[in-house]
Parts: sequence; structure tokens; C-alpha cells
Amino acid sequence: MRGIERRLTLSAGAFCLVGILLFVALAAGALATFDQPGVATTLSFDAYIWRVTRFTLLQAILSTGLSVLFAIPVALALGRQARFPGRVWVVRLMALPLGLPALVAALGLIGIWGRQGVLNGGLSWLGLEQPVSIYGLSGILLAHVFFNMPLAVRLMLTGLERIPGEYWLVGANLGMRPWSTFRFIEWPVIRGLLPGIASLVFMLCATSFTLVLTLGGGPAASTIEVAIYQALRFDFDPPRAIALSLLQIAITGLLLLALRWLAPPSADGPTSGRKARRFDGRRGLGWIGDFAVIGLAAVFTMLPLGAVVVSGLMADLSGLVRDPMVHRGLATSLAIAVCSAVLCVAGTAAMIRARQMALAPRRPHAVARGLAASVSASTSLVLLVPPVVLGSGWFLLLRPFGDVSRFAPVLVILINVLMALPFVYRVLKPAMETHWQRTARLSASLGLGGWNRWRAIDWPGLRKPILMAMSFAAALSLGDLGAVALFGSQDMVTLPWLLYGRMGSYRSTDAAGLALFLGLVCLALTIFGTAAQTRERGNEDSDGRS
Amino acid sequence: MAEAESMDPAIGLQDVHVRYPNAHLQFDCTIRRGEIAAIVGASGSGKSTLFNVIAGFETQDEGRVDIFGKDVAHVEPSERPVSVIFQDHNLFSHLDVATNIGLGIDPALRLGVKERGKIAGSMMRVGLEGFGRRLPPTLSGGERQRVALARALVRRKPILLLDEPFAALDPGLRAGMSQLLLDLHEEEGNTILIITHHPDDLRRLADSVVFLDGGRIVAHQPTAEFLARRDNPAINAFLGN
Repeated sequence: MRGIERRLTLSAGAFCLVGILLFVALAAGALATFDQPGVATTLSFDAYIWRVTRFTLLQAILSTGLSVLFAIPVALALGRQARFPGRVWVVRLMALPLGLPALVAALGLIGIWGRQGVLNGGLSWLGLEQPVSIYGLSGILLAHVFFNMPLAVRLMLTGLERIPGEYWLVGANLGMRPWSTFRFIEWPVIRGLLPGIASLVFMLCATSFTLVLTLGGGPAASTIEVAIYQALRFDFDPPRAIALSLLQIAITGLLLLALRWLAPPSADGPTSGRKARRFDGRRGLGWIGDFAVIGLAAVFTMLPLGAVVVSGLMADLSGLVRDPMVHRGLATSLAIAVCSAVLCVAGTAAMIRARQMALAPRRPHAVARGLAASVSASTSLVLLVPPVVLGSGWFLLLRPFGDVSRFAPVLVILINVLMALPFVYRVLKPAMETHWQRTARLSASLGLGGWNRWRAIDWPGLRKPILMAMSFAAALSLGDLGAVALFGSQDMVTLPWLLYGRMGSYRSTDAAGLALFLGLVCLALTIFGTAAQTRERGNEDSDGRS
Repeated sequence: MAEAESMDPAIGLQDVHVRYPNAHLQFDCTIRRGEIAAIVGASGSGKSTLFNVIAGFETQDEGRVDIFGKDVAHVEPSERPVSVIFQDHNLFSHLDVATNIGLGIDPALRLGVKERGKIAGSMMRVGLEGFGRRLPPTLSGGERQRVALARALVRRKPILLLDEPFAALDPGLRAGMSQLLLDLHEEEGNTILIITHHPDDLRRLADSVVFLDGGRIVAHQPTAEFLARRDNPAINAFLGN
């Protein structure tokens, strides 16, 4: 590669890296050094803060336990029943909650489990007076299980599908009964995955914001993230927000360390690549049990989605379509989503490319190694310093410059970029590394570089992962409430902010219509992103002959 | 082995059809009791499908598969008188050698003193005394295949199916494993089907060769006759003639 191109690539990567580090460091610095006359700056870890911390950990532990516990039988059943009509849709259904904005899902859950929901309606019809409560701890647990049980199922199923096909054949040949199959083949894999999955789910639940804000129901069921938001937005109590933010960083930091320690890379070798065939669970009670478990999981996941669709269709959709506030919300959301996605994907690609280039020499320079390590670490910074904490820091930093909401669009875009970074990095990095290994020497020998290389080699080879990363980032940004919650105002209205406002002002019909609208757009983006991947996998499976 | 016994069919495939979206395979052949038959052919010719149909991992769309004269259409893989060894992943990597072999005696691992004696005996026969507590990742490729062979021995099934068992081994280990297989065959008198890509394995091991091309068995004959053939382009290509 020509020297100038090399320097440009390294500079672009370093620029993005420094930008991210600065953005996070300035926010953290503002929190750590906040000092203003008239406002007490002593960090007070009072009883309220400890209560919030205890509740944060309690709900995260319970949510994780329940999500993982329910996921195990579902993943095992789906692993055993590898071929039945509609299986692919059940597996896709398990991916839907992840692509759905938390606020939309919350509305769906209220539609089923809420006071006026389908379940309580049925219970009161049966003469039972005690309704199931969707608010408070039970609602938070329900919502977290709705989001994380399917995620855990997919992760476990991926692990089970990675078991060498020969294991099932050997098990069948040896006549293993269900218990032996579980003990010797399935459980060792699940056991190996559990720490990583549980830590991930715990992390997601401990930093959950929108669901707790919507379903918590008050101070008694508040997590650290929500408490930070309330401290800044309602109480204007910066010292408390700072104390909570520091506590949040400490907890997420410990969690990230635990995640790294508990989830080492898999020691299993690659499989033979053949599609696994299984011979257990084909008849009798095992078969019935598997389909009962799969059916229950599908219904549990599908019902809230169905509730969103049904209540959305019953809303005054034509009125919403004509509503100028909805137009503004949609335009703002789309603009933020597109900017965030483009910035995130371009910045991540630049950093990955710079990292590759820094590590390309046989003995990379210490600075190059440092750059490469920093790129990897920086992509997970948002996990350490969650969006609400980032927002709080920037809120304090910008206050001396007047009305903070003036800076809202830029801040929301940048926070959304950071939020999408871990996902985008995990999609792009393996794809770009493989692409680079395949094409680097040939391109160099042909003298292909710069725009020519991008047009002829890189874009055709990387189009699918780039579009996938972009659609994920856009969906994430479109459904986000966390970043916008601190800065949202009359001038800065996004669809989730509008939806949250209408839920709060008891305009539930409008909220239902908006939820349907928002959910459909996010799901369309997610499906668009995974479509190419699914097609490729389908083609690989079409010929079973060997 | 007795002449009468050697004429008994161990495996019979009559007009067996297997259809895939992009391929249609058809098999007809008889393997005699006590015979070592090599299944050979280019990649995609249907060797593994033939193997899977006999082992019960694949069900034919049409035709009949007999093992020792009995139709095995509805017989589960574990109920068939067949042990299988693959090219790789024969052993559960988190279980030690003795436990992997013990699964061949009882898949629930209810192993008493007698069974442990059997495990030790089988390890001795394949030259792995003292390897009982070792985990598969600490073994060489050849040692792993010996453990798989030891497990097949404790199962005492009269038919042994091997799917490219020596493919990952270097020439020295291949020769050693082939000799071990021949010695065990001499002692047990079992019927062996082995998928291979190497003409050397035919010369060393096989009484007969089943040659597949395009999903059909185009030759099934004694090894010497097969090696002398020059009339079929696919066989010529395989033998490098």
C-alpha cells in the first residue's frame, strides 16, 4: 500500500479513537470535578442511594436467574427438534425482542399483563380478584425475561449447534438415553456458556433504563440509571447524580471484568461443517414435552408483539399520520438514526482498518500495538459508562453555555453512536479481517488502491456486513429513549420521546399507534440487516450430499 | 474363519434410493460376513451417504437395507449391530479416555469392577495402557483414533464402519493403525467397511473395493482386480493411472 494511503488510514482511525476517548473522558471529568457555588458537592452515599443500588442488583440477579432458567429447556428443545415446519420462524421470533425498542415492548407487555390486559381480564372473568401487577419488581422481571430469555435461547442454541455433528451420531450409535445425552453432550456445552450468558444478561438488566422507567412504578422500584435521570431531570441534584454515576461506573466496571474472566473463548475445535442430525426426542413424551416448551416460549414472546399490533391497528392511525408532532418526531428520529448509523459504521470501519494496518508488520511498534489495543477497548466504553451517565456528564459540562437542549441533537447522535459501537464492531471486525486476508496481497500485486480498490474490491466484499451493521445501528438509535430522555424538549422530539410522553399523559390509543409504527420500522431495519446473512446460510444448507 | 460363514451376507442393499434436493443416489451391493470392504470414490460421489444409510443415520427413500438378513429400516442406530468411527470428533473432549470407552459399555456410565476391567483390557489391546485419565485434547490424532477403536472393541458389534479414520494421520501412523485394525479383525472376525481416499489403504487392508461415482456403485470387486482395472475413467482418475 502506498505511504500516503497508509498514513491517511492510520490518521482517520486515530482521529475516531481520540474523538471517542475525549467524548467519554470529558463527560466523566465533568462528573468527577463538578463544582458550583450554591450546590453542595459532597458526594453523599445516603440510604436512598444504597436502596437503589440494592434494588438494581436484586432485580438484575432475579431477572438473570429467571431468563437463563427458562432459556435452558427452550434451547434444548429447539436443539433436539432441529427439523419441523416453522422452526425457522420460532428461532427468528426469538430474535425479535432484541430489535424492538424497549418502550414498544413495554407497551405490548402492559397490553397482556397490565391491569386492563388480556391476562387480568381473563382472571377477573374467572372471578379472581387479585390481578397480576405489571408495575414494580414483577413488571421489571417480566419485561427483562421477555427481552433476555430469547437472547439466552439464541446464544445457547448457537452453542448447541456448534457441537460436532459426530457427537450426536456417536450418542445415537451408543444408544444414549435423554439423561445421558444431556449429561455428556448438552450440559457440558451449556455449562461452558452459562457464565458468559448470565454475565451478559446481568449487565443488560443492571443497566436497563427504559423498562425500569416505564414499568418501575415509582421510587421503590428504581435502578441506578433511572435514579440518575430523576436526580438530574426532576430533582436537579447534581451531587446525587454524580454519586450514582460513579457507583454505576464501578458496578459496570466490575461486571465487565467478571464478563472477561467468566467467558473465555471456546476451547472446542471447529466442527466438520456438516449439518448435524439428531436422533433423540423423535417420539413419545420427549417429543410432546419439547413442543410444549417451544410452544410456551413462542406464545410468551409473541403475545406482547401481537398486543402491540392489535392495539396499534385500533388506534386512529390516519389521525396520527396527519399529526404535525408525529411528522416532526419521525423526521427527527430518522435524521438522528441515519446520522448515528453512518457515523458509527464509518468511524468503526476506520478504526478497524487502522488497527489492521497497525498490526500488519511482523513486529509491530509499541505505539501501533497500543493503538490496536485502544481500538478494541474503546468500542466497549459505553458498557462501562452507560448513556445516562454520559448524558449527565455532558449535561453538567454544557450548562454554563446556556440552554442545554440547544446541543441536544449533536449529543443524542454522539451518544447513539457510542451505544451502537459494540454491536457494529462485532459485526464489522471479523468480516473486514477475513476480507483483508483474502484480498490484500492480490490487490497490492495489481496496484489497486484508494477509490479503485474500494469500488471494485472492498464495497462488493463488505456490502452485506456494512448494511447489516448500519441497519442495526439505525434501529438501535431509532428506538432509543435513554439518550433523548435527558435532553428531550419541545424543540427536540423523537418518536420514542413522543410515545413516552403520550403514555404518561394517558393518551394510550395514540401511544399504541406510535408503538406499532416505531416497532415496524425498527423490525424492518433488523430484518433488512439479517436478510443477506440468512440467504447465505440457506444456500449452504441446500445440498446434504457428501 | 469358516468358508460357509464367509459366504453369509453381512450387509445387503437392494435398490436403495436416497434423494437430496440436488442429487439422487442409488445403491445395490452385498458385503460378506468377515469381509473388509473399502468404500472409495471422489468427493460428492455418495460414500458418506452409503455409510449413513448402513449406520442408520440416514433413511433411504426406497429400497431395502438388510443386516445379517434382517431388514433394518425401522431399527435405531444404537440397535443396529454396528459400531462407527469417524475421521474426527469420536471422543467427547471433556471426558477422559476411560470414560469415553466406558460409554461404549453403558451410555449411562454405570460401570462396575468387571466393566472397568474390560476398559483396561481394551486400552491394552490398542496399546494405550495407562492413558485412562488423559483427556482427548492431550492425545495425538493417532491415539484418539485408538481410543475410538478401543470403544468399538468393548461394544462387541460384529460390523465396524469407519469414515476416513486415518485421514488426519501421517503415513507412519496410518500404517500402524492399519496393522492394528488388521490384527483386531484377525482376532474378532468382524465385518469392516472403511471409507478412504487412499489407494494405499486398499492394498493394505481391503478384501474388496466398492467404488462410487455420481451417486452409483460402479464397481464392487476384489481389491486386486480393482487395482488392475484400466477401463473406467473415474477409476483411472482415482488410482492415478
